[in-house]
Amino acid sequence: MSKPRDKQMTIDEVVAQLSDGMTIGIGGWGPRRKPMALVRAILRSDLKDLTIVSWGGADVGLLARAGKIKKLVYAFVSLDSIPLEPNFQRARQNGTIPEIVELDEGMFQTGLYAAAQRLPFLPMRAGLGSDVLVNNSWIKTVASPYADENGDFEDLTAVPALKLDVALVHLNRADVHGNATYLGPDPYFDDLFVQAADKAFVSVEQIVDTAGLTVDTPVQRLLISRMMVDGVVETPNGAHFTLCTPDYERDEKFQKVYAAAASGSDEDWAAFEQRFLSGDEAAYQAAVAAFAEEQKA
Amino acid sequence: MTEFSRAEVCAAAIADAFADDGEIFASPMGMLPMLGVRLAKLTSNPDLVISDGESLFLGGTPPLFAKADVVEGWIPFRRVFDVVAYGKRHVMMGATQVDRQGNQNISAIGDFAQPKRQLLGSRGAPGNTVNNRTSYWVPKHNTRVFVENVDIVSGVGPARAKAAGPGASKYNDIHRIVSNLGVFDVKGAGDTVRLLSLHPGVTLDEVVENTGFALEVPSEVPVTREPTESELMIIRNVLDPKTLRDREVAPVVSEAK
Repeated sequence: MSKPRDKQMTIDEVVAQLSDGMTIGIGGWGPRRKPMALVRAILRSDLKDLTIVSWGGADVGLLARAGKIKKLVYAFVSLDSIPLEPNFQRARQNGTIPEIVELDEGMFQTGLYAAAQRLPFLPMRAGLGSDVLVNNSWIKTVASPYADENGDFEDLTAVPALKLDVALVHLNRADVHGNATYLGPDPYFDDLFVQAADKAFVSVEQIVDTAGLTVDTPVQRLLISRMMVDGVVETPNGAHFTLCTPDYERDEKFQKVYAAAASGSDEDWAAFEQRFLSGDEAAYQAAVAAFAEEQKA
Repeated sequence: MTEFSRAEVCAAAIADAFADDGEIFASPMGMLPMLGVRLAKLTSNPDLVISDGESLFLGGTPPLFAKADVVEGWIPFRRVFDVVAYGKRHVMMGATQVDRQGNQNISAIGDFAQPKRQLLGSRGAPGNTVNNRTSYWVPKHNTRVFVENVDIVSGVGPARAKAAGPGASKYNDIHRIVSNLGVFDVKGAGDTVRLLSLHPGVTLDEVVENTGFALEVPSEVPVTREPTESELMIIRNVLDPKTLRDREVAPVVSEAK
Protein backbone atom coordinates (compact mmCIF):
# COMPACT_ATOMS: atom_id res chain seq x y z
CA MET A 1 0.00 0.00 0.00
CA SER A 2 1.46 3.34 -0.95
CA LYS A 3 1.77 6.08 1.62
CA PRO A 4 3.34 9.53 1.65
CA ARG A 5 7.00 9.66 2.65
CA ASP A 6 8.11 9.25 6.22
CA LYS A 7 10.10 12.41 6.97
CA GLN A 8 11.24 11.69 10.52
CA MET A 9 14.71 12.94 11.24
CA THR A 10 16.98 13.51 14.21
CA ILE A 11 17.99 16.95 15.38
CA ASP A 12 21.48 16.40 14.03
CA GLU A 13 20.13 15.30 10.65
CA VAL A 14 18.24 18.58 10.41
CA VAL A 15 21.34 20.60 11.22
CA ALA A 16 23.32 18.57 8.67
CA GLN A 17 20.99 20.05 6.03
CA LEU A 18 22.15 23.58 6.89
CA SER A 19 25.25 25.29 5.58
CA ASP A 20 27.31 28.42 6.19
CA GLY A 21 25.79 31.65 4.95
CA MET A 22 22.23 30.35 4.74
CA THR A 23 19.17 32.48 5.41
CA ILE A 24 17.23 30.78 8.19
CA GLY A 25 13.76 31.80 9.34
CA ILE A 26 12.86 30.86 12.91
CA GLY A 27 9.16 30.52 13.72
CA GLY A 28 7.28 31.35 16.92
CA TRP A 29 7.07 34.87 18.34
CA GLY A 30 9.44 36.42 20.89
CA PRO A 31 9.49 34.02 23.85
CA ARG A 32 6.74 31.81 22.40
CA ARG A 33 6.93 28.40 20.73
CA LYS A 34 10.45 28.72 19.38
CA PRO A 35 12.23 25.67 17.89
CA MET A 36 14.84 25.92 20.64
CA ALA A 37 16.11 22.33 20.36
CA LEU A 38 17.06 23.07 16.74
CA VAL A 39 18.55 26.43 17.74
CA ARG A 40 20.63 24.70 20.41
CA ALA A 41 21.83 22.23 17.79
CA ILE A 42 22.97 25.14 15.62
CA LEU A 43 24.88 26.49 18.64
CA ARG A 44 26.73 23.16 18.88
CA SER A 45 27.55 23.09 15.16
CA ASP A 46 30.32 24.79 13.18
CA LEU A 47 27.76 26.76 11.15
CA LYS A 48 28.64 30.42 10.66
CA ASP A 49 27.70 33.62 8.79
CA LEU A 50 23.99 32.93 9.06
CA THR A 51 21.24 35.35 8.14
CA ILE A 52 18.59 34.95 10.83
CA VAL A 53 15.00 36.09 10.17
CA SER A 54 12.97 36.12 13.38
CA TRP A 55 10.44 37.94 15.53
CA GLY A 56 13.11 37.42 18.08
CA GLY A 57 13.44 36.01 21.55
CA ALA A 58 16.22 33.97 23.13
CA ASP A 59 16.76 32.24 19.76
CA VAL A 60 18.29 35.47 18.48
CA GLY A 61 20.06 36.17 21.79
CA LEU A 62 21.74 32.75 21.90
CA LEU A 63 22.79 32.76 18.24
CA ALA A 64 24.10 36.33 18.57
CA ARG A 65 26.09 35.48 21.69
CA ALA A 66 27.62 32.47 19.88
CA GLY A 67 28.70 34.70 16.98
CA LYS A 68 26.63 32.77 14.46
CA ILE A 69 24.80 35.75 12.95
CA LYS A 70 26.14 37.72 10.01
CA LYS A 71 22.85 39.42 9.28
CA LEU A 72 19.79 39.78 11.47
CA VAL A 73 16.30 40.59 10.20
CA TYR A 74 13.93 41.37 13.08
CA ALA A 75 11.20 43.72 14.27
CA PHE A 76 11.89 43.22 17.98
CA VAL A 77 13.85 40.94 20.24
CA SER A 78 12.22 40.42 23.63
CA LEU A 79 11.70 37.93 26.43
CA ASP A 80 8.40 39.68 27.37
CA SER A 81 8.53 39.31 31.15
CA ILE A 82 12.11 40.58 30.70
CA PRO A 83 11.50 43.18 27.99
CA LEU A 84 15.06 43.61 26.69
CA GLU A 85 16.97 40.50 25.56
CA PRO A 86 20.40 40.92 27.16
CA ASN A 87 22.45 38.92 24.65
CA PHE A 88 20.86 40.77 21.75
CA GLN A 89 21.41 44.13 23.48
CA ARG A 90 25.02 43.27 24.09
CA ALA A 91 25.57 42.22 20.48
CA ARG A 92 24.00 45.42 19.16
CA GLN A 93 25.85 47.68 21.57
CA ASN A 94 29.18 45.97 20.80
CA GLY A 95 28.45 46.02 17.08
CA THR A 96 29.07 42.29 16.69
CA ILE A 97 26.27 41.61 14.19
CA PRO A 98 27.63 42.96 10.89
CA GLU A 99 24.33 43.57 9.12
CA ILE A 100 21.13 44.75 10.76
CA VAL A 101 17.66 44.93 9.20
CA GLU A 102 15.10 46.24 11.69
CA LEU A 103 11.56 46.18 10.30
CA ASP A 104 8.14 47.05 11.59
CA GLU A 105 6.55 43.80 12.84
CA GLY A 106 3.72 43.97 10.31
CA MET A 107 6.20 44.59 7.49
CA PHE A 108 7.90 41.40 8.57
CA GLN A 109 4.67 39.45 8.04
CA THR A 110 4.08 41.12 4.68
CA GLY A 111 7.64 40.21 3.63
CA LEU A 112 6.99 36.57 4.50
CA TYR A 113 3.67 36.70 2.58
CA ALA A 114 5.46 38.07 -0.48
CA ALA A 115 8.04 35.28 -0.32
CA ALA A 116 5.34 32.65 0.26
CA GLN A 117 3.46 33.95 -2.79
CA ARG A 118 6.63 34.15 -4.89
CA LEU A 119 6.20 37.90 -5.33
CA PRO A 120 9.11 40.38 -5.25
CA PHE A 121 7.24 42.65 -2.83
CA LEU A 122 3.83 43.55 -1.43
CA PRO A 123 2.63 47.09 -0.69
CA MET A 124 1.63 48.38 2.73
CA ARG A 125 1.64 51.60 4.74
CA ALA A 126 3.94 50.48 7.55
CA GLY A 127 7.39 51.98 7.28
CA LEU A 128 6.33 55.23 5.60
CA GLY A 129 7.72 58.26 7.42
CA SER A 130 9.67 56.13 9.92
CA ASP A 131 13.38 55.44 10.21
CA VAL A 132 12.76 51.87 9.08
CA LEU A 133 12.98 53.29 5.55
CA VAL A 134 15.96 55.48 6.50
CA ASN A 135 18.05 52.75 8.12
CA ASN A 136 17.13 50.33 5.33
CA SER A 137 17.49 52.63 2.34
CA TRP A 138 17.33 49.60 0.03
CA ILE A 139 13.64 49.27 0.86
CA LYS A 140 11.76 51.34 -1.71
CA THR A 141 8.30 52.80 -1.99
CA VAL A 142 5.96 52.18 -4.90
CA ALA A 143 3.30 54.50 -6.33
CA SER A 144 -0.22 53.13 -6.45
CA PRO A 145 -1.41 52.91 -10.07
CA TYR A 146 -4.91 53.77 -8.83
CA ALA A 147 -6.07 57.16 -7.63
CA ASP A 148 -7.53 57.25 -4.12
CA GLU A 149 -10.76 59.05 -3.14
CA ASN A 150 -8.90 62.37 -3.22
CA GLY A 151 -7.29 61.75 -6.60
CA ASP A 152 -3.90 61.04 -5.02
CA PHE A 153 -1.65 58.24 -6.21
CA GLU A 154 -0.39 57.08 -2.83
CA ASP A 155 3.21 56.07 -2.31
CA LEU A 156 3.33 52.87 -0.28
CA THR A 157 6.15 50.79 1.16
CA ALA A 158 7.16 48.04 -1.27
CA VAL A 159 7.95 45.45 1.39
CA PRO A 160 10.55 43.12 -0.13
CA ALA A 161 9.99 39.36 -0.03
CA LEU A 162 11.75 37.74 2.93
CA LYS A 163 12.89 34.69 1.02
CA LEU A 164 14.30 31.96 3.25
CA ASP A 165 16.63 29.09 2.47
CA VAL A 166 15.35 27.18 5.46
CA ALA A 167 12.50 27.56 7.96
CA LEU A 168 12.65 26.02 11.43
CA VAL A 169 9.39 25.88 13.39
CA HIS A 170 8.13 24.11 16.50
CA LEU A 171 4.53 22.92 16.89
CA ASN A 172 2.67 20.67 19.31
CA ARG A 173 1.89 17.62 17.15
CA ALA A 174 2.73 16.25 13.71
CA ASP A 175 2.52 13.01 11.82
CA VAL A 176 5.59 11.43 10.26
CA HIS A 177 4.75 13.04 6.92
CA GLY A 178 4.85 16.63 8.18
CA ASN A 179 1.21 17.54 8.76
CA ALA A 180 1.37 19.61 11.92
CA THR A 181 -1.01 21.20 14.44
CA TYR A 182 -0.69 23.91 17.04
CA LEU A 183 -2.73 23.36 20.20
CA GLY A 184 -2.20 26.72 21.88
CA PRO A 185 -4.21 29.89 21.27
CA ASP A 186 -2.04 31.39 18.53
CA PRO A 187 -0.67 29.93 15.28
CA TYR A 188 1.93 32.73 15.16
CA PHE A 189 3.27 32.75 11.58
CA ASP A 190 4.74 29.28 11.22
CA ASP A 191 2.75 28.51 8.06
CA LEU A 192 4.20 31.62 6.44
CA PHE A 193 7.75 30.73 7.46
CA VAL A 194 7.55 27.27 5.91
CA GLN A 195 6.00 28.61 2.70
CA ALA A 196 8.61 31.37 2.43
CA ALA A 197 11.41 28.80 2.58
CA ASP A 198 13.04 26.43 0.09
CA LYS A 199 13.25 23.82 2.84
CA ALA A 200 11.28 23.54 6.05
CA PHE A 201 11.88 21.47 9.16
CA VAL A 202 9.22 21.04 11.82
CA SER A 203 10.03 20.00 15.36
CA VAL A 204 7.15 18.89 17.57
CA GLU A 205 6.43 17.83 21.11
CA GLN A 206 5.02 14.55 19.88
CA ILE A 207 4.66 12.63 16.64
CA VAL A 208 1.27 10.90 16.36
CA ASP A 209 -0.43 8.99 13.58
CA THR A 210 -2.32 11.04 11.01
CA ALA A 211 -5.76 10.14 12.36
CA GLY A 212 -4.62 11.20 15.81
CA LEU A 213 -4.07 14.78 14.65
CA THR A 214 -7.81 15.47 14.52
CA VAL A 215 -9.13 13.05 17.17
CA ASP A 216 -9.75 15.73 19.77
CA THR A 217 -8.57 18.79 17.86
CA PRO A 218 -10.51 20.91 15.35
CA VAL A 219 -9.22 20.55 11.81
CA GLN A 220 -8.59 24.33 11.69
CA ARG A 221 -5.60 23.73 13.91
CA LEU A 222 -3.83 21.79 11.16
CA LEU A 223 -1.66 24.76 10.27
CA ILE A 224 0.99 23.06 8.18
CA SER A 225 0.57 20.59 5.35
CA ARG A 226 3.17 17.96 4.56
CA MET A 227 3.68 19.42 1.09
CA MET A 228 5.43 22.35 2.80
CA VAL A 229 7.68 20.18 4.95
CA ASP A 230 11.01 18.42 4.37
CA GLY A 231 11.63 16.92 7.77
CA VAL A 232 9.90 16.21 11.07
CA VAL A 233 11.68 15.75 14.35
CA GLU A 234 10.22 14.86 17.73
CA THR A 235 11.80 17.04 20.42
CA PRO A 236 9.85 16.82 23.70
CA ASN A 237 10.21 20.06 25.66
CA GLY A 238 11.94 21.27 22.50
CA ALA A 239 10.67 24.85 22.80
CA HIS A 240 12.06 25.23 26.32
CA PHE A 241 12.43 27.81 27.81
CA THR A 242 9.87 29.49 25.57
CA LEU A 243 6.21 28.51 25.97
CA CYS A 244 4.50 25.72 24.09
CA THR A 245 0.92 26.01 25.35
CA PRO A 246 -0.82 23.72 26.35
CA ASP A 247 2.11 21.30 26.66
CA TYR A 248 3.94 23.76 28.93
CA GLU A 249 4.18 27.45 29.71
CA ARG A 250 7.32 29.59 29.61
CA ASP A 251 9.92 28.58 32.20
CA GLU A 252 10.15 31.96 33.90
CA LYS A 253 12.61 30.79 36.55
CA PHE A 254 14.97 29.44 33.93
CA GLN A 255 14.53 32.56 31.81
CA LYS A 256 15.59 34.69 34.78
CA VAL A 257 18.75 32.61 35.20
CA TYR A 258 19.45 32.88 31.47
CA ALA A 259 18.96 36.65 31.47
CA ALA A 260 21.09 37.14 34.59
CA ALA A 261 23.94 35.13 33.05
CA ALA A 262 23.60 36.93 29.72
CA SER A 263 23.76 40.35 31.35
CA GLY A 264 26.46 39.33 33.83
CA SER A 265 30.23 38.90 33.46
CA ASP A 266 31.92 36.67 30.88
CA GLU A 267 32.42 34.19 33.72
CA ASP A 268 28.70 34.20 34.50
CA TRP A 269 27.90 33.40 30.89
CA ALA A 270 30.61 30.73 30.70
CA ALA A 271 29.13 29.06 33.78
CA PHE A 272 25.64 29.08 32.23
CA GLU A 273 27.01 27.63 28.98
CA GLN A 274 28.96 25.00 30.86
CA ARG A 275 25.94 23.93 32.86
CA PHE A 276 23.28 23.98 30.15
CA LEU A 277 24.77 24.25 26.66
CA SER A 278 27.92 22.15 26.69
CA GLY A 279 26.24 18.84 25.84
CA ASP A 280 23.63 17.53 23.44
CA GLU A 281 19.84 18.03 23.67
CA ALA A 282 19.45 15.12 26.11
CA ALA A 283 22.10 16.65 28.35
CA TYR A 284 20.32 20.02 28.15
CA GLN A 285 17.01 18.48 29.15
CA ALA A 286 18.67 16.62 32.02
CA ALA A 287 20.28 19.85 33.23
CA VAL A 288 16.92 21.63 32.99
CA ALA A 289 15.24 18.84 34.98
CA ALA A 290 17.95 19.11 37.64
CA PHE A 291 17.48 22.89 37.73
CA ALA A 292 13.71 22.43 38.20
CA GLU A 293 14.34 20.04 41.10
CA GLU A 294 16.68 22.58 42.70
CA GLN A 295 14.00 25.25 42.44
CA LYS A 296 11.54 23.02 44.30
CA ALA A 297 13.98 22.31 47.11
CA MET B 1 -13.14 66.11 49.08
CA THR B 2 -11.98 62.61 48.23
CA GLU B 3 -8.28 61.92 48.17
CA PHE B 4 -6.86 60.38 45.06
CA SER B 5 -3.42 59.41 43.86
CA ARG B 6 -1.50 60.61 40.83
CA ALA B 7 -1.82 57.15 39.29
CA GLU B 8 -5.61 57.41 39.61
CA VAL B 9 -5.56 60.79 37.85
CA CYS B 10 -3.50 59.20 35.07
CA ALA B 11 -5.92 56.26 34.78
CA ALA B 12 -8.88 58.63 34.37
CA ALA B 13 -6.95 60.73 31.82
CA ILE B 14 -6.10 57.60 29.84
CA ALA B 15 -9.74 56.50 30.03
CA ASP B 16 -10.75 59.88 28.60
CA ALA B 17 -8.41 59.30 25.64
CA PHE B 18 -10.56 56.27 24.72
CA ALA B 19 -13.96 57.75 25.64
CA ASP B 20 -14.96 58.84 22.13
CA ASP B 21 -13.48 55.95 20.17
CA GLY B 22 -16.70 54.00 19.71
CA GLU B 23 -16.62 50.28 18.98
CA ILE B 24 -12.94 49.71 18.22
CA PHE B 25 -10.10 47.51 19.49
CA ALA B 26 -8.38 49.30 22.37
CA SER B 27 -4.78 48.08 22.62
CA PRO B 28 -3.02 49.27 25.76
CA MET B 29 0.69 48.51 26.15
CA GLY B 30 1.66 48.47 29.81
CA MET B 31 -0.11 48.60 33.14
CA LEU B 32 -1.56 52.14 33.44
CA PRO B 33 -2.83 52.07 29.84
CA MET B 34 -4.51 48.71 30.59
CA LEU B 35 -6.08 50.18 33.72
CA GLY B 36 -7.24 53.29 31.86
CA VAL B 37 -8.74 51.34 28.95
CA ARG B 38 -10.65 49.01 31.27
CA LEU B 39 -11.84 52.00 33.26
CA ALA B 40 -13.15 53.53 30.02
CA LYS B 41 -14.90 50.27 29.17
CA LEU B 42 -16.65 50.27 32.57
CA THR B 43 -17.62 53.95 32.37
CA SER B 44 -17.52 56.17 29.28
CA ASN B 45 -17.21 53.63 26.46
CA PRO B 46 -18.69 50.16 27.10
CA ASP B 47 -18.42 49.36 23.36
CA LEU B 48 -14.61 49.12 23.49
CA VAL B 49 -13.19 45.77 22.41
CA ILE B 50 -10.39 44.61 24.70
CA SER B 51 -8.03 41.65 24.67
CA ASP B 52 -5.91 39.65 27.08
CA GLY B 53 -2.83 41.08 25.35
CA GLU B 54 -2.20 37.67 23.77
CA SER B 55 -4.83 36.12 21.51
CA LEU B 56 -8.31 36.49 22.98
CA PHE B 57 -10.94 39.22 22.94
CA LEU B 58 -12.45 39.40 26.43
CA GLY B 59 -16.20 39.68 26.83
CA GLY B 60 -16.03 41.19 30.29
CA THR B 61 -13.71 43.65 31.96
CA PRO B 62 -11.50 41.67 34.31
CA PRO B 63 -9.05 43.13 36.84
CA LEU B 64 -5.45 43.78 35.79
CA PHE B 65 -3.60 40.57 34.92
CA ALA B 66 -6.58 38.32 35.74
CA LYS B 67 -6.40 35.17 33.65
CA ALA B 68 -9.95 33.99 33.15
CA ASP B 69 -12.83 35.81 31.56
CA VAL B 70 -15.58 35.25 29.01
CA VAL B 71 -14.01 35.10 25.55
CA GLU B 72 -15.74 37.00 22.74
CA GLY B 73 -13.24 36.62 19.94
CA TRP B 74 -9.89 35.47 18.59
CA ILE B 75 -7.11 37.96 18.04
CA PRO B 76 -3.82 36.12 17.46
CA PHE B 77 -0.90 38.33 16.42
CA ARG B 78 -1.60 37.91 12.71
CA ARG B 79 -5.12 39.26 13.16
CA VAL B 80 -3.81 42.20 15.15
CA PHE B 81 -1.97 43.19 11.96
CA ASP B 82 -5.23 42.82 10.05
CA VAL B 83 -7.03 45.12 12.48
CA VAL B 84 -4.19 47.66 12.32
CA ALA B 85 -4.70 47.89 8.55
CA TYR B 86 -8.49 47.82 8.94
CA GLY B 87 -8.09 50.83 11.20
CA LYS B 88 -10.63 50.14 13.98
CA ARG B 89 -7.98 50.27 16.67
CA HIS B 90 -6.52 52.70 19.17
CA VAL B 91 -3.17 51.70 20.58
CA MET B 92 -1.52 53.36 23.54
CA MET B 93 2.18 52.54 23.40
CA GLY B 94 5.10 53.44 25.62
CA ALA B 95 7.79 55.82 24.43
CA THR B 96 11.43 55.76 25.48
CA GLN B 97 11.68 59.09 23.66
CA VAL B 98 9.03 61.37 22.20
CA ASP B 99 9.91 64.60 20.43
CA ARG B 100 8.46 68.02 19.67
CA GLN B 101 6.83 66.71 16.50
CA GLY B 102 5.28 63.73 18.24
CA ASN B 103 7.69 61.15 16.82
CA GLN B 104 8.34 58.22 19.16
CA ASN B 105 11.36 55.97 19.69
CA ILE B 106 11.35 52.47 21.17
CA SER B 107 14.12 51.14 18.92
CA ALA B 108 17.48 52.25 20.30
CA ILE B 109 19.28 55.17 21.95
CA GLY B 110 22.21 56.69 20.10
CA ASP B 111 23.42 55.81 16.63
CA PHE B 112 21.41 53.06 14.97
CA ALA B 113 24.50 51.33 13.54
CA GLN B 114 25.92 50.78 17.02
CA PRO B 115 23.54 52.11 19.63
CA LYS B 116 24.50 53.20 23.12
CA ARG B 117 21.48 51.29 24.31
CA GLN B 118 19.51 48.81 22.28
CA LEU B 119 15.83 48.80 23.15
CA LEU B 120 13.01 46.54 21.92
CA GLY B 121 13.20 47.36 18.24
CA SER B 122 10.56 49.26 16.28
CA ARG B 123 7.89 46.63 17.01
CA GLY B 124 4.61 47.77 15.44
CA ALA B 125 5.11 51.51 15.92
CA PRO B 126 5.78 52.40 12.26
CA GLY B 127 2.68 50.51 11.13
CA ASN B 128 0.45 51.63 14.00
CA THR B 129 1.10 55.31 13.45
CA VAL B 130 0.22 55.34 9.74
CA ASN B 131 -2.83 53.08 10.13
CA ASN B 132 -4.73 53.59 13.35
CA ARG B 133 -5.17 56.04 16.22
CA THR B 134 -2.08 56.02 18.44
CA SER B 135 -1.45 57.51 21.87
CA TYR B 136 1.57 57.37 24.15
CA TRP B 137 1.96 56.82 27.87
CA VAL B 138 5.01 58.17 29.71
CA PRO B 139 5.13 57.23 33.41
CA LYS B 140 8.22 59.37 34.13
CA HIS B 141 8.07 62.72 32.39
CA ASN B 142 11.61 64.10 32.06
CA THR B 143 14.02 65.62 29.54
CA ARG B 144 15.46 62.22 28.63
CA VAL B 145 12.04 61.15 27.33
CA PHE B 146 10.71 64.47 25.96
CA VAL B 147 13.53 65.41 23.55
CA GLU B 148 13.86 67.87 20.67
CA ASN B 149 14.45 65.03 18.18
CA VAL B 150 14.17 61.31 18.86
CA ASP B 151 17.29 59.29 18.00
CA ILE B 152 15.31 56.84 15.88
CA VAL B 153 11.80 57.40 14.54
CA SER B 154 9.74 54.30 15.33
CA GLY B 155 6.31 55.96 15.69
CA VAL B 156 5.63 58.62 13.07
CA GLY B 157 4.34 62.05 14.09
CA PRO B 158 2.03 64.12 11.87
CA ALA B 159 4.72 66.34 10.30
CA ARG B 160 6.77 63.41 9.10
CA ALA B 161 3.65 61.57 7.97
CA LYS B 162 2.64 64.57 5.85
CA ALA B 163 6.14 64.79 4.39
CA ALA B 164 5.90 61.11 3.39
CA GLY B 165 2.71 61.78 1.44
CA PRO B 166 -0.96 60.86 1.67
CA GLY B 167 -0.19 57.15 1.92
CA ALA B 168 1.34 57.89 5.31
CA SER B 169 -0.74 60.83 6.47
CA LYS B 170 -4.34 59.90 5.64
CA TYR B 171 -4.70 57.61 8.65
CA ASN B 172 -2.00 59.14 10.88
CA ASP B 173 -3.75 60.13 14.11
CA ILE B 174 -1.55 60.79 17.13
CA HIS B 175 -4.27 61.36 19.67
CA ARG B 176 -2.88 61.93 23.17
CA ILE B 177 0.33 61.78 25.11
CA VAL B 178 -0.45 61.16 28.78
CA SER B 179 2.41 61.47 31.27
CA ASN B 180 2.60 61.46 35.04
CA LEU B 181 2.52 65.27 34.86
CA GLY B 182 -0.07 66.14 32.26
CA VAL B 183 -1.98 65.51 29.05
CA PHE B 184 -0.74 66.60 25.61
CA ASP B 185 -1.56 66.28 21.92
CA VAL B 186 0.37 67.03 18.71
CA LYS B 187 -1.93 69.73 17.40
CA GLY B 188 0.26 72.72 18.26
CA ALA B 189 1.52 75.11 15.57
CA GLY B 190 3.32 73.18 12.81
CA ASP B 191 2.12 69.86 14.23
CA THR B 192 4.02 70.15 17.50
CA VAL B 193 3.35 68.88 21.00
CA ARG B 194 0.90 71.03 22.94
CA LEU B 195 -0.04 70.99 26.59
CA LEU B 196 -3.72 70.22 27.13
CA SER B 197 -3.87 69.98 30.92
CA LEU B 198 -1.74 69.73 34.04
CA HIS B 199 -2.52 67.02 36.56
CA PRO B 200 -3.79 68.33 39.91
CA GLY B 201 -0.84 69.53 41.99
CA VAL B 202 1.53 69.88 39.00
CA THR B 203 2.87 73.32 38.11
CA LEU B 204 3.54 74.58 34.61
CA ASP B 205 7.19 75.16 35.59
CA GLU B 206 7.54 71.52 36.57
CA VAL B 207 6.36 70.40 33.12
CA VAL B 208 8.45 72.96 31.22
CA GLU B 209 11.59 72.06 33.21
CA ASN B 210 11.07 68.38 32.50
CA THR B 211 10.42 68.82 28.77
CA GLY B 212 13.46 69.01 26.49
CA PHE B 213 11.80 71.14 23.83
CA ALA B 214 9.71 74.30 23.55
CA LEU B 215 6.26 73.09 24.49
CA GLU B 216 3.22 74.93 23.19
CA VAL B 217 1.33 76.18 26.23
CA PRO B 218 -2.16 77.71 26.08
CA SER B 219 -2.71 81.07 27.77
CA GLU B 220 -4.89 79.42 30.39
CA VAL B 221 -3.85 75.92 31.32
CA PRO B 222 -6.67 73.65 32.45
CA VAL B 223 -6.25 71.14 35.26
CA THR B 224 -6.76 67.47 34.37
CA ARG B 225 -10.09 66.44 35.83
CA GLU B 226 -10.15 64.58 39.11
CA PRO B 227 -11.29 60.96 39.03
CA THR B 228 -14.93 60.63 40.10
CA GLU B 229 -16.11 58.72 43.15
CA SER B 230 -17.39 55.90 40.98
CA GLU B 231 -14.15 55.75 38.97
CA LEU B 232 -12.17 55.53 42.21
CA MET B 233 -14.45 52.77 43.42
CA ILE B 234 -13.94 50.84 40.18
CA ILE B 235 -10.16 51.33 40.16
CA ARG B 236 -9.69 50.42 43.82
CA ASN B 237 -12.22 47.64 44.25
CA VAL B 238 -12.57 46.09 40.83
CA LEU B 239 -9.68 46.67 38.43
CA ASP B 240 -6.63 47.11 40.66
CA PRO B 241 -7.33 46.04 44.24
CA LYS B 242 -3.61 45.31 44.76
CA THR B 243 -2.72 48.94 43.95
CA LEU B 244 -0.25 47.86 41.29
CA ARG B 245 -0.76 51.30 39.72
CA ASP B 246 1.35 52.94 42.42
CA ARG B 247 4.38 50.95 41.29
CA GLU B 248 4.25 52.66 37.92
CA VAL B 249 3.36 56.14 39.18
CA ALA B 250 4.33 56.68 42.81
CA PRO B 251 1.90 58.62 44.98
CA VAL B 252 2.84 62.30 45.37
CA VAL B 253 2.74 63.05 49.07
CA SER B 254 2.07 66.78 48.95
CA GLU B 255 -0.95 66.57 46.65
CA ALA B 256 -3.30 64.83 49.08
CA LYS B 257 -6.13 67.20 49.81
